[in-house]
Amino acid sequence: MLLHTVNKSPFERNSFAQCMGHAKKGSSVLLIEDGVFAALKGAANESVVSNAIGDIGVYVLGPDLNARGMTDEDVIDGVKIVDYTGFVELAAEHDVVQSWL
Amino acid sequence: MSEEDYEEDGEMNGKKFLYVNRRGPYGTVYALESLEVVLIGAAFEQDVSLAFMDDGVYQLKKGQNTDGMGMKNFSPTYRALEMYDVEKLFVSKESMDERGLTTEDLIVDVEVIDNAAMADLMEDAEVVLSF
Repeated sequence: MLLHTVNKSPFERNSFAQCMGHAKKGSSVLLIEDGVFAALKGAANESVVSNAIGDIGVYVLGPDLNARGMTDEDVIDGVKIVDYTGFVELAAEHDVVQSWL
Repeated sequence: MSEEDYEEDGEMNGKKFLYVNRRGPYGTVYALESLEVVLIGAAFEQDVSLAFMDDGVYQLKKGQNTDGMGMKNFSPTYRALEMYDVEKLFVSKESMDERGLTTEDLIVDVEVIDNAAMADLMEDAEVVLSF
């Protein structure tokens, strides 16, 4: 199974949209760096994330989220927050990592 | 800058500078670089305005905490700009709306303007620096 990572803002690049278009049921998506902006409530792409949850595991890197002034309360329901250890575990659990740079 | 920009005593004429910030903080170095240039520019007593649009509005988000990430949290510096007479901060209404942000979410007082007013601000500037 595949782990997708996205490190670009969904407002600035199409990496996130492309990732979601290619993420199959059962795969996971981890949002890091400016990719964390895709995990936030109230932003334009919120429905893309909330519709995908259930079929796809959506994760966000906590330290990158906190650096940008956001906490777990700002994150779309169902998105899981992980720390660096969680990042490593996700990478280890999945067969392949696809980075949408 | 040409020689005409300088008075005989070496002092510079105050020009209208506009810094346009369009990137989020930390993901790239643009936000920090912009802030550093603003602070350097402020020492020359120019007429400085800062504009924040697109992901640039995230630079001003309250509650930034970089402890877990190992980078310096430079957001308190925006609050210090006042001391350098940098007081004209503008944010794009469209960019705020698109991100579900309000002025309550920001660490400094700003003027929220729409894209038409932002375009006027750019037209009005004598120097535009983009980050």
